[in-house]
Amino acid sequence: MGGLQKKKFERGSATNYITRNKARKKLQLSLPDFRRLCILKGIYPHEPKHKKKVNKGSTAPRTFYLLKDIRFLLHEPIVGKFRDYKVFVRKLRKAYGKSEWTSVERLRENKPTYKLDHIIKERYPTFIDALRDIDDALCMCFLFSTFARTGKCHVQTIQLCRRLTVEWMNYIITSRALRKVFLSIKGIYYQVEVMGQLITWLVPYQFAHDHPTDVDYRVMATFTELYTTLLGFVNFRLYHSLNLVYPPKLDGKAEAELKEEDEEGYAMNSESYSEKLSALGGSLARVVSAGEEEEAEVDQFPVEGEDMEKMEAREKEQKELEAQKRLFEGLKVFLNREVPRESLAFILRCFGAEVSWDKSVCIGSTFDVTDETITHQIVDRPNAEKQYINRYYIQPQWVYDCVNAKILLPVQDYFLGVTLPPHLSPFVEEKEGDYIPPEKLKIMALKRGEKSEEEEEEEEEGEGEEEEEDEDEDAEEDEDEEEEDVAEEMNLKKMEKQRSQGKSLSVKVTPGKVKAENPARLEQEEKAEEKRLAIMMMKKKEKYLYDKIMFGKKRKIREANKLAAKRKAHDDAEKVAKKKKAKKQ
Amino acid sequence: DLSDSEDSVFSGLEDSGSDSEEEEEEEGGGGGGGRSVRFCEVLCAVQDIRNTVGNVPMEWYRDFPHLGYDLDGRKIYKPIRSQDELDHFLDKMENPDYWRTVHDKQTGSDITLSEEQVALVRRLQSGRFGDVDFNEYQPTVEYFSRDVMLHPVTNRPADKRSFIPSLIEKEKVSKLVHAIKMGWIKPRRVEDDSRGRYYDLWASEDSSILARHKMHLPAPKIPLPGHQESYNPPPEFLFNEEERALWEQQDAADRKLPFVPRKFSSLRSVPAFPRFVHERFERCLDLYLCPRQRKMRVNVDPEDLIPKLPKPRDLQPFPTTQSLVYRGHSGLIRSISVSPTGQWLASGSDDGSVRFWEVCSSRCLKTVQVGGAVRRPVCLTHLDSRVLLLSPSLADRQVVSASELLLSDKEGAEPVQGAESLVTWSEAEGEELNEGIRLKIQHPKAVHQVAWHAKGDYLASVMPDHSSHLQVLIHQVSRRRSQNPFRRNKGLVQRVSFHPLRPYFFVATQRSVRIYNLLKQEMTKKLQANAKWISSMAVHPGGDHVICGSYDCRLSWFDLDLSTKPYRMLRHHKKAVRGVAYHRFYPLFASASDDGSVIVCHGTVYNDLLQNPLIVPVKVLRGHAVSQDLGVLDVTFHPSQPWVFSSGADATIRLYT
Repeated sequence: MGGLQKKKFERGSATNYITRNKARKKLQLSLPDFRRLCILKGIYPHEPKHKKKVNKGSTAPRTFYLLKDIRFLLHEPIVGKFRDYKVFVRKLRKAYGKSEWTSVERLRENKPTYKLDHIIKERYPTFIDALRDIDDALCMCFLFSTFARTGKCHVQTIQLCRRLTVEWMNYIITSRALRKVFLSIKGIYYQVEVMGQLITWLVPYQFAHDHPTDVDYRVMATFTELYTTLLGFVNFRLYHSLNLVYPPKLDGKAEAELKEEDEEGYAMNSESYSEKLSALGGSLARVVSAGEEEEAEVDQFPVEGEDMEKMEAREKEQKELEAQKRLFEGLKVFLNREVPRESLAFILRCFGAEVSWDKSVCIGSTFDVTDETITHQIVDRPNAEKQYINRYYIQPQWVYDCVNAKILLPVQDYFLGVTLPPHLSPFVEEKEGDYIPPEKLKIMALKRGEKSEEEEEEEEEGEGEEEEEDEDEDAEEDEDEEEEDVAEEMNLKKMEKQRSQGKSLSVKVTPGKVKAENPARLEQEEKAEEKRLAIMMMKKKEKYLYDKIMFGKKRKIREANKLAAKRKAHDDAEKVAKKKKAKKQ
Repeated sequence: DLSDSEDSVFSGLEDSGSDSEEEEEEEGGGGGGGRSVRFCEVLCAVQDIRNTVGNVPMEWYRDFPHLGYDLDGRKIYKPIRSQDELDHFLDKMENPDYWRTVHDKQTGSDITLSEEQVALVRRLQSGRFGDVDFNEYQPTVEYFSRDVMLHPVTNRPADKRSFIPSLIEKEKVSKLVHAIKMGWIKPRRVEDDSRGRYYDLWASEDSSILARHKMHLPAPKIPLPGHQESYNPPPEFLFNEEERALWEQQDAADRKLPFVPRKFSSLRSVPAFPRFVHERFERCLDLYLCPRQRKMRVNVDPEDLIPKLPKPRDLQPFPTTQSLVYRGHSGLIRSISVSPTGQWLASGSDDGSVRFWEVCSSRCLKTVQVGGAVRRPVCLTHLDSRVLLLSPSLADRQVVSASELLLSDKEGAEPVQGAESLVTWSEAEGEELNEGIRLKIQHPKAVHQVAWHAKGDYLASVMPDHSSHLQVLIHQVSRRRSQNPFRRNKGLVQRVSFHPLRPYFFVATQRSVRIYNLLKQEMTKKLQANAKWISSMAVHPGGDHVICGSYDCRLSWFDLDLSTKPYRMLRHHKKAVRGVAYHRFYPLFASASDDGSVIVCHGTVYNDLLQNPLIVPVKVLRGHAVSQDLGVLDVTFHPSQPWVFSSGADATIRLYT
């Protein structure tokens, strides 16, 4: 009886996975080539559910790939190109060794190259898929475009990255898709909404990088190779969706304006056009010269009940968005030379402001400092030597804070030499129970249009304090009650002791106090006890989960409390310092 | 060989100088080329005439009177007067031609250079041609120019090979052609700028989604920055010294934040982030090296996890508040028991006394000093190795006299058997009798527990011992007889109990409960408690359910009809469970634990066999203080009221109603 004996590890999950080395052998590739292939094709290791089963009983740490993934790589045409390249290198080395310069030249001319178009199409079958994954591509391209054109990677790559990022920024400006910006210590974060997808990327500050030695630039270069291809195709598609010319061209009008200036001073002829584009000053040429953007109005559908509410909310949101898109419209902003020009020009233009800068800073400035119609000048130095009366001199943080608050904030907090209010992250969305910094509350109040005067703010602060005090009192009351209980207990204990020691008690009849029993509170207590008892009856597994969740919740509350306490201590210290100063004066 | 040594050069110079005059006289302005050749010949000839030693260092002749030999083999003598330093000096001072006087070592004579010779030297020094008249920039004569000459340069007839195609070339070309055909040589590629040439890749969006895309796990996006990362964060997000020290101490993997929050007063003072490239690189590594796994995040409302139980209020009556405290003992109260009428309460304590209390008034009516720790009083008490039967004479007179009669009934006593010699029955006398002690049963070992049969005639005593089979004894009071029911040792016996209705006997050992049929004298069931060490046991008045408390904080409820495994395991005590009890007719049970609490649970048992018992905890009763890690030691219910008594290590008994 019985049939064939089942062997171990010949079916099931053990056959679905393959270790890296085995995969490499199967593909007949060297480790760097395998790595490159995995990066380009987007193949990554999988963590099996039962590692020991897959690892054939061993617990050694190994990385596993899906066998199907590796099989899929077998048919990749790029693998052939890798082999060609290997052959090419061998031939070239041989020719060099023999000093056959003609054949070296011939070989170099026929250096094998490959295209990644089909890989992009295969990895991202729809355009939305590509947009979803474009965050990393943008971060990488923006980083590479800031590299010096020496050493670490090919100059062409850097130039291509620069070109693509400029195209991307120009598209964002034209479509007014920017939503949030954040000045962090790492760099500047931008968040845009393109075709309903939120895309965030990080741009480093403009400094020379000191290249770390423990970073493998080949890996980064391979990623960049893929990302530049992806970003190029995405740009193309995006430009066409707005009827813009690709590769981008400046509008006829804008170009004419720029032509007037002497161009030779900035760059060579071949580069001047891309420089002009990267100045982000002019609008782009369109295939079909449409007048103004026609707003597609949302059709009204007859709806009922809850849908109605949702619909209204959506409409409100839409309106807010439209308002945000026109945030800086009508402003004429001049950038001083010490502020980050590209970032500010990008943001201001995204929200419809006119921007210019000093002629010597960059190509493409449209008006001068002396222009009387300038409304804001962005300055980042302790004092400006010559000030015009009819414009505000403000620090760059104002622009970023305005974008995040979606309103024009009062400028007086951002004047020259004023201590800036804290810059908050727009990406934090506080849920109930989270800590909200008071500055954010203030901005929210401003947005609601409640109070805008400083005095009132102060009042508000005062109120806030009172409220806090009230809360404190409540807490104190609780404590008092508890204390009473404790005192009673102590009394009883004392009596017990006296009794047990056989001493005659000092028995006294004291008028009893009427305990006011709060029915609401009693009910609460009863409920709490019910819950406690029910928790006791939980099964072990559920109890564990429940405890874990509750622990997380408690930790969150603790952290929020800690932050609040820290803030309070800080404010108190500051108040004391202020008072002292006032007294001295 | 002329230029080999200094001497020869000098000599040559001199010679040439002297000769050139002659030559010029002889031949006038000859061609530059021919002249230099002759120059050499003359030079050699002149040298031969003077000295034949050849090109040897003249120091070799330092110690000789001669310098060499002339052509005829005669010695050439040195000049007689050798000049010393003074002569040299004088010569230098006086002789106007001194600067152009050269000493010829081969002849030993001084030679004064002529004007022309000096000029020649100067010219050579400045790197010009020696000849004054030589023009180095002569116009070139173009013998082969693009102009077709009238006459051929050579009149040689053309070769045949210049008329016919070259075979070698043909061979080479054919080789190249072959190589190109075979693909060995690729024709020069047309330069295409394919990088950076883009088109609408998604023009024809096919919705065919490969199976791979279903398996695809997209990499999680980089978490968005919080307020801490701002260049100008609110002050509460900055580290204070403590947090900073902690951050520096921690391992990079344990840190909550990968960076220290910093505050800058203005945007221009923000420096470059030193780890920027690192972070991007790490992201790259994560993307292609990090194993991915789909993890289902548990997204439940914690409220949903709490089981829905009937409200305790609907399950009343049950004890809710502490109403009476019985004080009087000075040691731990190990055990308590209530009289069947519910009027009296007996307690045994470590202080060696048994006290009888009136339940309603919490008065101690009688104290019996028995000496030694008391484990269990039920109108009887057992000490280290004695079991005493007491008659407290607190009940109705009739009842008291009836029990007195029973206890003093000697007639029923049978002659002592051999097996019963282990235990000695004796009657109390004198003082003890006055105190109420009626019977003493002397055991060979320490008695830990005593259990009464429902009829009141039998009682079982437990003497836990690892090595002996004599652990449980069953006594019959009326006949003053004892017997050992077990032949074999089946583990350390913790508790015994009689079935309330049927002739069954429950024995709890360390990890299991055995049920014996007393009539058939065989084991009927063995319950696995899943606990490390059973501490207490109680049998439901219906007889079909058993609860066991254990020292590892568990309480297990067995349904005897269901299984030998616990029907429900309750882990609601924080410390060891010391005592458990069932109410006689209310669906209540209670457990006492070392954490100082008594938990009262509602446990309804249905007559319908298909319906499982409903267990709901209804009240946690606190009041006992914990001393020496001992909390509540025993718990028992009032026989008729939903009241519960508990005795604790703080020497009190408490009544909860």
